[in-house]
Amino acid sequence: MPALRYLKDVVSLKAAPELCLGCGLCVEVCPQGVLALVDKRVVVADRDACMECGACMTNCPAEALWVEAGVGCAQAVLNSAFGRKGNACCCVAEPRAPQQGLQTSLDAAPRRKSSGCC
Amino acid sequence: MNAGPQPMPLLSQVPPQEPLSCCGAEESCGDPLAQPFVLGAVDTPAGPVPQVGGELSRADHRGTLRVRLGFGRHDYKVVPGLYALNRPTPDSPVLVSANYKLSFDHLRREAHDLDAWLLVLDTKGVNVWCAAGKGTMGTAELAGRVRSSGLERVVSHRKLILPQLAAPGVAAHLVKKHCGFGVSYGPVLAQDLSAFLAAGMKADPAMRRVSFPLRARTVLVPVELTQVLLVYLWLLPIVLVLAGLGGLVSGLGFWSAMAGAGLRAVGAMLLAALAGAVASPILLPWLPGRAFSLKGLWPGLAGAALLWGLWPGAADAELLAWCLAVPALSSFLAMNFTGASTYTSLSGVKKEMRRAVPLQIAATALGLGLWVYALVAA
Repeated sequence: MPALRYLKDVVSLKAAPELCLGCGLCVEVCPQGVLALVDKRVVVADRDACMECGACMTNCPAEALWVEAGVGCAQAVLNSAFGRKGNACCCVAEPRAPQQGLQTSLDAAPRRKSSGCC
Repeated sequence: MNAGPQPMPLLSQVPPQEPLSCCGAEESCGDPLAQPFVLGAVDTPAGPVPQVGGELSRADHRGTLRVRLGFGRHDYKVVPGLYALNRPTPDSPVLVSANYKLSFDHLRREAHDLDAWLLVLDTKGVNVWCAAGKGTMGTAELAGRVRSSGLERVVSHRKLILPQLAAPGVAAHLVKKHCGFGVSYGPVLAQDLSAFLAAGMKADPAMRRVSFPLRARTVLVPVELTQVLLVYLWLLPIVLVLAGLGGLVSGLGFWSAMAGAGLRAVGAMLLAALAGAVASPILLPWLPGRAFSLKGLWPGLAGAALLWGLWPGAADAELLAWCLAVPALSSFLAMNFTGASTYTSLSGVKKEMRRAVPLQIAATALGLGLWVYALVAA
Protein backbone atom coordinates (compact mmCIF):
# COMPACT_ATOMS: atom_id res chain seq x y z
CA MET A 1 0.00 0.00 0.00
CA PRO A 2 1.44 3.41 -0.91
CA ALA A 3 2.14 5.64 2.10
CA LEU A 4 -0.50 8.22 2.91
CA ARG A 5 1.08 11.69 2.86
CA TYR A 6 -0.74 15.00 2.98
CA LEU A 7 0.17 18.29 1.27
CA LYS A 8 3.78 19.46 1.06
CA ASP A 9 5.23 22.60 2.68
CA VAL A 10 2.10 23.76 4.44
CA VAL A 11 2.58 22.90 8.10
CA SER A 12 2.98 25.65 10.73
CA LEU A 13 5.24 23.65 13.10
CA LYS A 14 8.29 25.48 14.49
CA ALA A 15 10.97 24.13 16.80
CA ALA A 16 13.39 26.11 18.95
CA PRO A 17 16.16 23.60 19.76
CA GLU A 18 17.98 26.18 21.89
CA LEU A 19 15.11 26.05 24.42
CA CYS A 20 14.92 22.24 24.42
CA LEU A 21 15.60 20.40 27.68
CA GLY A 22 15.96 17.05 25.92
CA CYS A 23 13.17 15.27 27.84
CA GLY A 24 11.93 13.61 24.66
CA LEU A 25 8.24 13.75 25.56
CA CYS A 26 7.44 15.48 22.25
CA VAL A 27 9.02 12.60 20.33
CA GLU A 28 6.97 10.18 22.41
CA VAL A 29 3.58 11.85 21.95
CA CYS A 30 3.87 12.65 18.23
CA PRO A 31 1.69 10.09 16.42
CA GLN A 32 3.35 10.78 13.06
CA GLY A 33 7.07 10.49 13.83
CA VAL A 34 7.71 14.12 12.95
CA LEU A 35 10.25 14.92 15.68
CA ALA A 36 13.55 13.45 16.76
CA LEU A 37 16.22 14.22 19.33
CA VAL A 38 19.69 14.93 17.95
CA ASP A 39 22.37 15.58 20.59
CA LYS A 40 19.55 15.86 23.17
CA ARG A 41 17.87 18.68 21.24
CA VAL A 42 14.61 18.48 19.32
CA VAL A 43 14.71 18.60 15.52
CA VAL A 44 11.91 18.47 12.96
CA ALA A 45 12.79 15.31 11.07
CA ASP A 46 9.72 14.89 8.87
CA ARG A 47 7.85 18.19 8.61
CA ASP A 48 5.30 17.19 5.97
CA ALA A 49 4.07 14.32 8.16
CA CYS A 50 2.90 16.81 10.82
CA MET A 51 -0.88 16.96 11.26
CA GLU A 52 -0.78 19.95 13.62
CA CYS A 53 -2.48 18.11 16.47
CA GLY A 54 -0.47 20.14 18.99
CA ALA A 55 0.51 17.20 21.24
CA CYS A 56 4.22 18.17 21.19
CA MET A 57 3.56 21.82 21.99
CA THR A 58 1.12 21.03 24.80
CA ASN A 59 3.52 18.59 26.42
CA CYS A 60 6.72 20.61 26.06
CA PRO A 61 7.71 21.98 29.49
CA ALA A 62 10.17 24.41 27.85
CA GLU A 63 7.96 25.92 25.13
CA ALA A 64 10.47 24.78 22.54
CA LEU A 65 7.77 23.81 20.06
CA TRP A 66 5.06 25.87 18.44
CA VAL A 67 2.33 24.88 16.04
CA GLU A 68 -0.94 26.44 15.02
CA ALA A 69 -2.81 23.45 16.38
CA GLY A 70 -6.18 22.52 15.00
CA VAL A 71 -8.11 19.68 13.45
CA GLY A 72 -7.68 19.00 9.73
CA CYS A 73 -11.36 18.66 8.98
CA ALA A 74 -13.05 20.27 5.96
CA GLN A 75 -16.47 20.04 7.59
CA ALA A 76 -15.20 21.97 10.60
CA VAL A 77 -13.68 24.64 8.32
CA LEU A 78 -17.04 24.99 6.53
CA ASN A 79 -18.97 25.12 9.81
CA SER A 80 -16.66 27.81 11.04
CA ALA A 81 -17.01 29.75 7.77
CA PHE A 82 -20.79 29.63 8.12
CA GLY A 83 -20.55 30.69 11.77
CA ARG A 84 -22.08 27.48 13.07
CA LYS A 85 -21.32 26.46 16.62
CA GLY A 86 -22.34 22.91 17.29
CA ASN A 87 -21.00 21.42 20.48
CA ALA A 88 -21.38 17.81 19.43
CA CYS A 89 -18.74 16.92 16.94
CA CYS A 90 -17.50 18.93 14.03
CA CYS A 91 -17.97 22.47 15.11
CA VAL A 92 -15.39 25.07 14.35
CA ALA A 93 -11.80 24.97 13.25
CA GLU A 94 -10.19 27.80 15.11
CA PRO A 95 -6.53 27.17 15.78
CA ARG A 96 -5.70 26.43 19.38
CA ALA A 97 -3.33 28.64 21.34
CA PRO A 98 -0.52 26.99 23.24
CA GLN A 99 -1.42 26.06 26.78
CA GLN A 100 -0.16 28.74 29.15
CA GLY A 101 -0.78 26.83 32.33
CA LEU A 102 -3.64 25.26 34.14
CA GLN A 103 -5.33 28.47 35.15
CA THR A 104 -5.49 29.62 31.53
CA SER A 105 -6.88 26.31 30.45
CA LEU A 106 -9.41 26.37 33.27
CA ASP A 107 -10.52 29.82 32.16
CA ALA A 108 -10.52 28.89 28.51
CA ALA A 109 -12.11 25.48 28.80
CA PRO A 110 -15.81 26.40 28.77
CA ARG A 111 -15.62 28.77 25.81
CA ARG A 112 -12.84 27.10 23.90
CA LYS A 113 -13.52 27.40 20.20
CA SER A 114 -11.18 24.89 18.66
CA SER A 115 -12.86 21.79 17.52
CA GLY A 116 -12.60 18.15 16.86
CA CYS A 117 -14.17 16.15 14.19
CA CYS A 118 -14.87 12.53 14.38
CA MET B 1 -28.32 16.95 24.07
CA ASN B 2 -30.66 16.29 26.95
CA ALA B 3 -31.30 19.64 28.55
CA GLY B 4 -34.25 18.62 30.65
CA PRO B 5 -34.16 18.31 34.42
CA GLN B 6 -32.30 15.23 35.58
CA PRO B 7 -33.06 13.23 38.70
CA MET B 8 -30.44 13.80 41.37
CA PRO B 9 -28.55 10.65 42.31
CA LEU B 10 -29.22 9.25 45.75
CA LEU B 11 -26.72 10.52 48.27
CA SER B 12 -25.74 7.01 49.30
CA GLN B 13 -24.54 6.24 45.80
CA VAL B 14 -22.21 9.21 45.62
CA PRO B 15 -18.93 9.45 47.46
CA PRO B 16 -19.78 11.76 50.38
CA GLN B 17 -16.69 13.94 49.79
CA GLU B 18 -17.79 15.00 46.35
CA PRO B 19 -21.56 15.15 45.90
CA LEU B 20 -21.40 16.23 42.24
CA SER B 21 -18.46 14.18 41.11
CA CYS B 22 -20.02 12.91 37.92
CA CYS B 23 -20.98 16.02 36.08
CA GLY B 24 -19.89 19.34 34.76
CA ALA B 25 -22.05 22.41 35.08
CA GLU B 26 -24.24 21.90 32.03
CA GLU B 27 -23.90 18.15 31.68
CA SER B 28 -26.65 15.82 32.77
CA CYS B 29 -25.75 13.95 35.91
CA GLY B 30 -26.67 10.30 35.96
CA ASP B 31 -26.20 7.54 38.49
CA PRO B 32 -23.06 5.65 37.43
CA LEU B 33 -24.24 2.48 39.19
CA ALA B 34 -27.54 2.42 37.32
CA GLN B 35 -25.93 2.06 33.88
CA PRO B 36 -26.84 -1.28 32.27
CA PHE B 37 -23.21 -2.35 31.68
CA VAL B 38 -22.25 -1.92 35.36
CA LEU B 39 -22.01 -5.31 37.06
CA GLY B 40 -21.87 -4.14 40.66
CA ALA B 41 -19.83 -1.96 42.97
CA VAL B 42 -16.39 -2.28 44.54
CA ASP B 43 -15.99 -0.77 48.00
CA THR B 44 -13.08 1.62 48.32
CA PRO B 45 -12.01 4.25 50.86
CA ALA B 46 -13.49 6.80 48.44
CA GLY B 47 -16.87 5.05 48.37
CA PRO B 48 -18.45 2.46 46.08
CA VAL B 49 -16.90 2.34 42.60
CA PRO B 50 -18.96 0.86 39.75
CA GLN B 51 -17.49 -2.36 38.42
CA VAL B 52 -17.42 -3.41 34.78
CA GLY B 53 -16.11 -6.41 32.92
CA GLY B 54 -14.27 -6.79 29.65
CA GLU B 55 -17.05 -8.64 27.93
CA LEU B 56 -19.51 -6.65 25.86
CA SER B 57 -23.16 -7.56 26.07
CA ARG B 58 -25.55 -7.82 23.18
CA ALA B 59 -26.87 -4.34 24.02
CA ASP B 60 -23.30 -2.96 23.93
CA HIS B 61 -22.77 -4.51 20.48
CA ARG B 62 -26.10 -3.10 19.27
CA GLY B 63 -25.01 0.34 20.46
CA THR B 64 -21.68 -0.01 18.65
CA LEU B 65 -23.43 -0.97 15.43
CA ARG B 66 -25.87 1.93 15.74
CA VAL B 67 -23.21 4.61 16.17
CA ARG B 68 -21.00 3.01 13.49
CA LEU B 69 -23.94 3.43 11.11
CA GLY B 70 -24.06 7.08 12.09
CA PHE B 71 -27.15 7.24 14.31
CA GLY B 72 -27.16 8.81 17.76
CA ARG B 73 -23.39 9.00 18.02
CA HIS B 74 -23.53 12.47 19.60
CA ASP B 75 -25.40 11.14 22.59
CA TYR B 76 -23.69 7.85 23.39
CA LYS B 77 -22.15 8.46 26.77
CA VAL B 78 -20.87 6.93 29.96
CA VAL B 79 -21.26 8.78 33.27
CA PRO B 80 -17.80 10.24 33.96
CA GLY B 81 -15.87 9.10 37.02
CA LEU B 82 -13.91 6.14 38.34
CA TYR B 83 -14.74 2.55 37.34
CA ALA B 84 -13.25 -0.78 38.34
CA LEU B 85 -12.38 -3.14 35.51
CA ASN B 86 -12.57 -6.71 36.83
CA ARG B 87 -11.02 -6.85 40.35
CA PRO B 88 -8.44 -4.11 40.78
CA THR B 89 -6.34 -3.61 43.93
CA PRO B 90 -4.74 -0.40 45.21
CA ASP B 91 -1.66 -1.36 43.15
CA SER B 92 -3.55 -1.76 39.87
CA PRO B 93 -2.90 0.68 37.02
CA VAL B 94 -5.22 3.61 36.31
CA LEU B 95 -6.28 3.87 32.67
CA VAL B 96 -7.78 7.19 31.59
CA SER B 97 -10.45 7.33 28.89
CA ALA B 98 -13.17 9.46 27.32
CA ASN B 99 -16.86 9.16 28.11
CA TYR B 100 -17.86 8.28 24.53
CA LYS B 101 -19.31 4.83 25.14
CA LEU B 102 -17.68 3.46 22.00
CA SER B 103 -14.25 4.46 23.40
CA PHE B 104 -15.08 3.10 26.86
CA ASP B 105 -16.34 -0.23 25.49
CA HIS B 106 -13.35 -0.52 23.20
CA LEU B 107 -10.97 0.01 26.13
CA ARG B 108 -12.60 -2.52 28.46
CA ARG B 109 -12.81 -5.10 25.69
CA GLU B 110 -9.14 -4.71 24.73
CA ALA B 111 -8.11 -4.69 28.41
CA HIS B 112 -10.44 -7.55 29.37
CA ASP B 113 -7.63 -9.60 30.92
CA LEU B 114 -6.43 -6.76 33.17
CA ASP B 115 -7.49 -5.69 36.63
CA ALA B 116 -7.43 -1.91 36.38
CA TRP B 117 -9.06 1.33 37.42
CA LEU B 118 -10.70 3.23 34.57
CA LEU B 119 -10.88 6.99 35.07
CA VAL B 120 -13.50 8.27 32.63
CA LEU B 121 -13.28 11.99 31.88
CA ASP B 122 -16.22 14.14 30.87
CA THR B 123 -15.44 14.66 27.17
CA LYS B 124 -19.10 15.38 26.33
CA GLY B 125 -19.42 11.98 24.68
CA VAL B 126 -16.57 12.61 22.23
CA ASN B 127 -13.76 10.13 21.56
CA VAL B 128 -10.26 10.56 23.01
CA TRP B 129 -8.46 12.09 20.03
CA CYS B 130 -11.19 14.53 19.00
CA ALA B 131 -11.82 15.51 22.61
CA ALA B 132 -8.09 16.15 23.09
CA GLY B 133 -8.21 18.40 20.02
CA LYS B 134 -11.17 20.25 21.50
CA GLY B 135 -9.57 20.53 24.91
CA THR B 136 -12.32 18.65 26.77
CA MET B 137 -9.93 15.73 27.20
CA GLY B 138 -7.61 18.21 28.84
CA THR B 139 -5.36 19.04 31.75
CA ALA B 140 -8.05 20.81 33.77
CA GLU B 141 -10.66 18.07 33.36
CA LEU B 142 -8.12 15.35 34.17
CA ALA B 143 -6.74 17.04 37.30
CA GLY B 144 -10.26 17.88 38.45
CA ARG B 145 -11.51 14.35 37.86
CA VAL B 146 -8.57 12.84 39.75
CA ARG B 147 -9.48 14.98 42.74
CA SER B 148 -13.25 14.56 42.57
CA SER B 149 -13.01 10.78 42.23
CA GLY B 150 -10.89 10.51 45.38
CA LEU B 151 -8.35 8.51 43.40
CA GLU B 152 -5.55 9.20 45.87
CA ARG B 153 -7.51 7.24 48.49
CA VAL B 154 -8.23 4.36 46.10
CA VAL B 155 -4.76 3.60 44.75
CA SER B 156 -1.39 3.39 46.49
CA HIS B 157 0.63 4.71 43.55
CA ARG B 158 0.54 8.11 41.80
CA LYS B 159 0.55 7.22 38.13
CA LEU B 160 -2.03 7.67 35.37
CA ILE B 161 -1.86 5.91 32.03
CA LEU B 162 -3.33 8.02 29.24
CA PRO B 163 -3.92 6.99 25.67
CA GLN B 164 -1.20 8.65 23.59
CA LEU B 165 -3.84 10.39 21.51
CA ALA B 166 -4.95 12.37 24.58
CA ALA B 167 -1.66 14.27 24.39
CA PRO B 168 -2.94 17.20 22.24
CA GLY B 169 -5.15 18.23 25.17
CA VAL B 170 -3.16 17.14 28.21
CA ALA B 171 0.04 18.75 29.43
CA ALA B 172 1.68 15.93 31.39
CA HIS B 173 3.95 18.23 33.43
CA LEU B 174 1.00 20.38 34.54
CA VAL B 175 -1.12 17.39 35.58
CA LYS B 176 1.60 16.34 38.00
CA LYS B 177 1.75 19.83 39.43
CA HIS B 178 -2.00 20.15 39.93
CA CYS B 179 -3.12 16.76 41.22
CA GLY B 180 0.06 14.98 42.24
CA PHE B 181 -0.37 12.18 39.72
CA GLY B 182 2.22 11.61 37.02
CA VAL B 183 1.17 10.93 33.44
CA SER B 184 2.49 8.08 31.32
CA TYR B 185 1.38 8.02 27.74
CA GLY B 186 0.34 4.54 26.72
CA PRO B 187 0.13 3.21 23.18
CA VAL B 188 -2.07 4.72 20.46
CA LEU B 189 -4.20 1.58 20.28
CA ALA B 190 -5.84 -0.04 23.29
CA GLN B 191 -4.99 -3.45 21.83
CA ASP B 192 -1.31 -2.78 22.66
CA LEU B 193 -2.02 -2.00 26.34
CA SER B 194 -1.15 -5.45 27.67
CA ALA B 195 2.17 -5.45 25.80
CA PHE B 196 2.86 -1.91 27.04
CA LEU B 197 2.25 -2.89 30.66
CA ALA B 198 4.16 -6.15 30.34
CA ALA B 199 7.18 -4.21 29.01
CA GLY B 200 7.19 -2.02 32.13
CA MET B 201 5.14 0.83 30.61
CA LYS B 202 7.26 1.05 27.49
CA ALA B 203 5.78 1.39 24.02
CA ASP B 204 7.83 0.43 21.01
CA PRO B 205 7.91 3.02 18.20
CA ALA B 206 5.27 1.20 16.15
CA MET B 207 2.81 1.46 19.05
CA ARG B 208 3.32 5.24 19.02
CA ARG B 209 2.35 5.75 15.38
CA VAL B 210 -1.08 6.31 13.95
CA SER B 211 -1.82 4.46 10.74
CA PHE B 212 -4.90 4.46 8.57
CA PRO B 213 -5.25 0.94 7.18
CA LEU B 214 -8.05 -0.36 4.98
CA ARG B 215 -9.99 -1.75 7.92
CA ALA B 216 -9.93 1.56 9.80
CA ARG B 217 -11.08 3.44 6.70
CA THR B 218 -13.81 0.96 5.84
CA VAL B 219 -15.38 1.07 9.29
CA LEU B 220 -15.86 4.84 8.84
CA VAL B 221 -17.69 4.51 5.52
CA PRO B 222 -21.22 3.90 6.89
CA VAL B 223 -21.16 7.17 8.85
CA GLU B 224 -20.03 9.09 5.75
CA LEU B 225 -22.72 7.45 3.65
CA THR B 226 -25.46 8.03 6.25
CA GLN B 227 -24.59 11.73 6.38
CA VAL B 228 -24.96 12.08 2.60
CA LEU B 229 -28.13 10.01 2.42
CA LEU B 230 -29.76 12.10 5.14
CA VAL B 231 -29.19 15.19 2.98
CA TYR B 232 -30.48 13.26 -0.05
CA LEU B 233 -33.74 12.58 1.80
CA TRP B 234 -34.76 16.17 1.09
CA LEU B 235 -32.54 16.90 -1.89
CA LEU B 236 -33.67 14.03 -4.13
CA PRO B 237 -37.41 14.85 -3.92
CA ILE B 238 -36.59 18.44 -4.91
CA VAL B 239 -34.60 17.21 -7.92
CA LEU B 240 -37.47 14.89 -8.95
CA VAL B 241 -40.00 17.71 -8.74
CA LEU B 242 -37.67 20.01 -10.70
CA ALA B 243 -37.42 17.36 -13.44
CA GLY B 244 -41.21 17.10 -13.52
CA LEU B 245 -41.61 20.88 -13.77
CA GLY B 246 -39.08 20.88 -16.62
CA GLY B 247 -41.27 18.31 -18.34
CA LEU B 248 -44.24 20.68 -18.10
CA VAL B 249 -42.22 23.39 -19.82
CA SER B 250 -40.83 21.13 -22.54
CA GLY B 251 -44.24 19.53 -23.17
CA LEU B 252 -43.00 16.05 -22.25
CA GLY B 253 -45.33 16.03 -19.26
CA PHE B 254 -44.66 16.12 -15.50
CA TRP B 255 -44.65 12.39 -14.79
CA SER B 256 -42.74 11.20 -17.83
CA ALA B 257 -39.99 13.77 -17.26
CA MET B 258 -39.84 12.74 -13.63
CA ALA B 259 -39.54 9.09 -14.62
CA GLY B 260 -36.87 9.94 -17.22
CA ALA B 261 -34.49 12.75 -16.37
CA GLY B 262 -35.70 12.77 -12.76
CA LEU B 263 -34.84 9.15 -12.01
CA ARG B 264 -31.59 9.52 -13.95
CA ALA B 265 -30.72 12.44 -11.65
CA VAL B 266 -31.39 10.27 -8.60
CA GLY B 267 -29.14 7.57 -10.07
CA ALA B 268 -26.36 10.04 -10.85
CA MET B 269 -26.45 11.54 -7.37
CA LEU B 270 -26.42 8.14 -5.69
CA LEU B 271 -23.45 7.24 -7.88
CA ALA B 272 -21.67 10.43 -6.77
CA ALA B 273 -22.30 9.46 -3.13
CA LEU B 274 -20.81 6.01 -3.75
CA ALA B 275 -17.80 7.56 -5.48
CA GLY B 276 -17.10 10.21 -2.84
CA ALA B 277 -18.18 8.60 0.41
CA VAL B 278 -17.46 4.91 -0.25
CA ALA B 279 -14.93 4.42 -3.06
CA SER B 280 -12.73 7.38 -2.13
CA PRO B 281 -12.15 6.41 1.53
CA ILE B 282 -11.58 2.77 0.67
CA LEU B 283 -9.25 3.45 -2.26
CA LEU B 284 -7.55 6.42 -0.54
CA PRO B 285 -3.88 5.34 -0.77
CA TRP B 286 -4.16 4.34 -4.41
CA LEU B 287 -5.94 7.43 -5.70
CA PRO B 288 -3.51 9.88 -7.36
CA GLY B 289 -2.83 13.19 -5.61
CA ARG B 290 -2.37 14.24 -2.01
CA ALA B 291 -5.35 16.57 -1.60
CA PHE B 292 -8.54 14.65 -0.72
CA SER B 293 -10.53 16.79 -3.15
CA LEU B 294 -8.22 15.58 -5.93
CA LYS B 295 -8.39 11.96 -4.77
CA GLY B 296 -12.19 12.15 -4.86
CA LEU B 297 -12.18 13.43 -8.42
CA TRP B 298 -11.08 10.08 -9.91
CA PRO B 299 -13.93 7.86 -8.68
CA GLY B 300 -16.26 10.70 -9.69
CA LEU B 301 -14.90 10.77 -13.23
CA ALA B 302 -15.19 6.97 -13.42
CA GLY B 303 -18.81 7.32 -12.32
CA ALA B 304 -19.47 9.96 -14.97
CA ALA B 305 -17.97 7.72 -17.66
CA LEU B 306 -20.22 4.92 -16.49
CA LEU B 307 -23.31 7.12 -16.83
CA TRP B 308 -22.29 8.08 -20.37
CA GLY B 309 -22.24 4.39 -21.23
CA LEU B 310 -25.46 3.57 -19.36
CA TRP B 311 -27.69 6.24 -20.85
CA PRO B 312 -27.13 6.38 -24.63
CA GLY B 313 -30.61 7.83 -25.05
CA ALA B 314 -30.11 10.85 -22.80
CA ALA B 315 -29.50 14.31 -24.26
CA ASP B 316 -25.88 15.38 -24.62
CA ALA B 317 -26.47 18.43 -22.42
CA GLU B 318 -27.88 16.22 -19.66
CA LEU B 319 -24.94 13.80 -19.84
CA LEU B 320 -22.50 16.69 -19.84
CA ALA B 321 -24.28 18.13 -16.81
CA TRP B 322 -23.65 14.93 -14.84
CA CYS B 323 -20.08 14.70 -16.11
CA LEU B 324 -19.53 18.00 -14.29
CA ALA B 325 -21.71 17.49 -11.22
CA VAL B 326 -20.83 13.88 -10.32
CA PRO B 327 -17.04 14.46 -10.13
CA ALA B 328 -17.62 17.78 -8.29
CA LEU B 329 -19.87 16.12 -5.73
CA SER B 330 -17.51 13.18 -5.33
CA SER B 331 -14.58 15.56 -4.84
CA PHE B 332 -16.53 17.48 -2.18
CA LEU B 333 -17.51 14.32 -0.28
CA ALA B 334 -13.95 12.97 -0.39
CA MET B 335 -12.72 16.33 0.92
CA ASN B 336 -15.09 15.96 3.86
CA PHE B 337 -13.35 12.69 4.72
CA THR B 338 -10.32 14.76 5.86
CA GLY B 339 -12.02 15.05 9.24
CA ALA B 340 -12.24 11.29 9.65
CA SER B 341 -8.71 10.68 8.41
CA THR B 342 -5.75 10.39 10.76
CA TYR B 343 -3.09 12.49 9.02
CA THR B 344 -4.49 15.78 7.67
CA SER B 345 -3.46 19.15 9.11
CA LEU B 346 -5.70 22.19 9.45
CA SER B 347 -3.27 24.31 7.38
CA GLY B 348 -3.35 21.69 4.62
CA VAL B 349 -7.14 21.37 4.65
CA LYS B 350 -7.54 25.14 4.41
CA LYS B 351 -5.10 25.25 1.50
CA GLU B 352 -6.83 22.53 -0.47
CA MET B 353 -10.25 24.04 0.23
CA ARG B 354 -9.19 27.45 -1.09
CA ARG B 355 -8.44 25.79 -4.41
CA ALA B 356 -11.06 23.07 -4.56
CA VAL B 357 -14.24 24.64 -3.21
CA PRO B 358 -14.55 27.36 -5.92
CA LEU B 359 -14.02 24.71 -8.61
CA GLN B 360 -16.55 22.36 -7.00
CA ILE B 361 -19.12 25.15 -6.83
CA ALA B 362 -18.44 26.26 -10.41
CA ALA B 363 -18.72 22.72 -11.81
CA THR B 364 -21.91 22.04 -9.86
CA ALA B 365 -23.50 25.33 -10.93
CA LEU B 366 -22.56 24.79 -14.58
CA GLY B 367 -23.87 21.23 -14.36
CA LEU B 368 -27.15 22.41 -12.86
CA GLY B 369 -27.51 25.02 -15.60
CA LEU B 370 -26.90 22.43 -18.33
CA TRP B 371 -29.30 19.99 -16.70
CA VAL B 372 -32.09 22.58 -16.55
CA TYR B 373 -31.36 23.52 -20.18
CA ALA B 374 -31.59 19.86 -21.21
CA LEU B 375 -34.89 19.48 -19.34
CA VAL B 376 -36.51 22.51 -20.92
CA ALA B 377 -35.16 21.85 -24.40
CA ALA B 378 -36.11 18.14 -24.40
